[in-house]
Amino acid sequence: MTLELCIQYLLAGITYGSIYAIVAIGFNIIYNTTGIINFAQGEFVMLGAMTAISLQNWLPLPLAVAGAVAVTMLVGALVEICFIRWLDRPSVLRMIIITIGVSILLREAALHIWGDGVYALPYFTGNEVSSISVLGATISPQILWVIGTCAVIVITLNLFFKLTPVGQEMRACAANRTAAILCGIDTRNMVTLSFMLAAGIGALAGCVVSPITSSQYDGGTGLAIKGFTVAVLGGLGNSAAAVFAGLLLGIIEAFSVSVMPLAFQDAIAIAILLVILFVRPYGLFGDREAARLQEF
Amino acid sequence: MKRLTSLLAALCAALLLPLTAGAGTIKIGAILAVTGPASFLGGPESRTLVMLAEELNAKGGINGNKVELIIKDSGANPEKAISFAKQLIEEEKVFAILGPSTSGETLKIKKICTQGKTILISCAAAELIVNPVSPYVFKTPQKDSHAAAKIFLTMRKQGIKKIAVLAGNTGFGKAGKAQLLKLAPQYGIEVVATEVYDKRATDLSAVVAKLMAHKEIQAVVNWSIVPAQAILAKNMRQAGWRVPLFQSHGFGNIKYVEAAGKAAEGIIFPAGRLLIADLLPDDHPQKPVLLGYKKAYEARYHEPVSTFGGHAYDAFKILCRAIGEVGPDREKVRAAIENMKGFVGTGGVFNFTPQDHNGLDIDSFAMLTVKDGKFVPYEQ
Repeated sequence: MTLELCIQYLLAGITYGSIYAIVAIGFNIIYNTTGIINFAQGEFVMLGAMTAISLQNWLPLPLAVAGAVAVTMLVGALVEICFIRWLDRPSVLRMIIITIGVSILLREAALHIWGDGVYALPYFTGNEVSSISVLGATISPQILWVIGTCAVIVITLNLFFKLTPVGQEMRACAANRTAAILCGIDTRNMVTLSFMLAAGIGALAGCVVSPITSSQYDGGTGLAIKGFTVAVLGGLGNSAAAVFAGLLLGIIEAFSVSVMPLAFQDAIAIAILLVILFVRPYGLFGDREAARLQEF
Repeated sequence: MKRLTSLLAALCAALLLPLTAGAGTIKIGAILAVTGPASFLGGPESRTLVMLAEELNAKGGINGNKVELIIKDSGANPEKAISFAKQLIEEEKVFAILGPSTSGETLKIKKICTQGKTILISCAAAELIVNPVSPYVFKTPQKDSHAAAKIFLTMRKQGIKKIAVLAGNTGFGKAGKAQLLKLAPQYGIEVVATEVYDKRATDLSAVVAKLMAHKEIQAVVNWSIVPAQAILAKNMRQAGWRVPLFQSHGFGNIKYVEAAGKAAEGIIFPAGRLLIADLLPDDHPQKPVLLGYKKAYEARYHEPVSTFGGHAYDAFKILCRAIGEVGPDREKVRAAIENMKGFVGTGGVFNFTPQDHNGLDIDSFAMLTVKDGKFVPYEQ
């Protein structure tokens, strides 16, 4: 394998990996505040891209993306307020089933609004044929947008959770809900906020990746599976680990093409998920003891 | 008074009964991928059938018999296609089934329709649908062996000797790949590498990188019906790979060109003449049919026609013509289709025989290319 080919695979892997990581971070944010896996996370990604594509008919691209993120955050908040908030001491299983239901609902709603067509946002820089050379490999400039956006999201989130009062309240809520309530934190609002945050991040990811992968009403499901794999691989709730796990899975997938038929690419993610669930259910970076304290 | 009303009611019922259950309606089933990964096919197909059935009924039907269309959305899922086929044959007792949209589905229900003695006119392309021939199964799209041959003829003229073949993991992709590999040696062309991708693939840049490493590859042939057709074009051009890209007749929907944008420029593919109807010479036998369908469809649905809707158009018209000739008797209609000659459709001029249930020859294909976002005839 030549060096250029290696770099080409590596960059393709980092691109997939960044997207998986952003979806996984969305899972983690909600997991941290509620202890549930929100299986509608992939639909937030789809919804963000599709909304941006529609808005783009009237607005310039940056505003369309911003608008799409806002709309998706609103949907995230509505989902929480309508389906999660009023539940009295719900079991984890019940909430998970609810999020699966929500994901189907969002998908069907998207089918009615946008139909079954495949759409894509225009390339942020250049067009379908423009390419740039990186260390001998040639890639679309959009890939830099994807990787850059992923980096910005991770850094901003970290700062948000560490430095801002709201971020600290959310972390408190994640660490110990009862104690957080005793400290006067409105945990219910924190849960709503976490849904909004996860939806917004998902929508942004959907927008940057749309020019490369195209968007369709049912495009969220596959991403949700990959994102979930990555979240579990890194250890649920750990966003820095999710980034590492995402890049790892993306790069494994990209390099697998060189030795295995392309059609097996998706099977690899599922195989990794199964192995992790059997061997290390608390993830690569998770703590066995901490995992035991979780509700499930 | 009470007796009078009940008498009236009975009279009404007696009068209405023949109208609703009547001998005057012909039930035609259709199994189409209206949603899902093959919605590019099933969408225009179902819209075409709805339009044609309404037109026909407005004119009084076939010799006074109205047509009742029952469309089932399979989402390109072979399992659903199987259960819909059984439902249409056993419960609805339809006269004939049009579709399915994809080859995989058609191959799965070929046997069911043969056993149920129900005419099936498929809108899918794979050769296996009519070869081996089943007495009840027909298809309207051109043969994939003709498409492959047409591509190889074009390559030979360009002096291309070594190619890579990509295919989606659908029935259409698999069948096309098999035809390409089988026919390539006859045209002196060597297939250096083959790759199969998932029908839901959203990024093919890794596989493009792998193929690019083979420096001797002079052209790429991609055989699928899924959005990956556009994604592959984008990934190839972004990777800076400039070899010619050939696609199958599955590329015949302008939406794929829109999805690929600038990357679609210069893609070469075989297709029926519907896409270039305006550019045909006036004396071309298909021109009136093509323009008639194109105008009616575009006026009604405000979207460009695709060859796939054309396959449904041909299927519907062939069935109606056969029923019109011999009346609504299934066995007679079957024989009438089998012996139909000179039917001018959107896919070409059909000449069926008991051995050839497709009825089209290699001239039904024209080679097209994309120029400035539009389909134009490819000239060498």
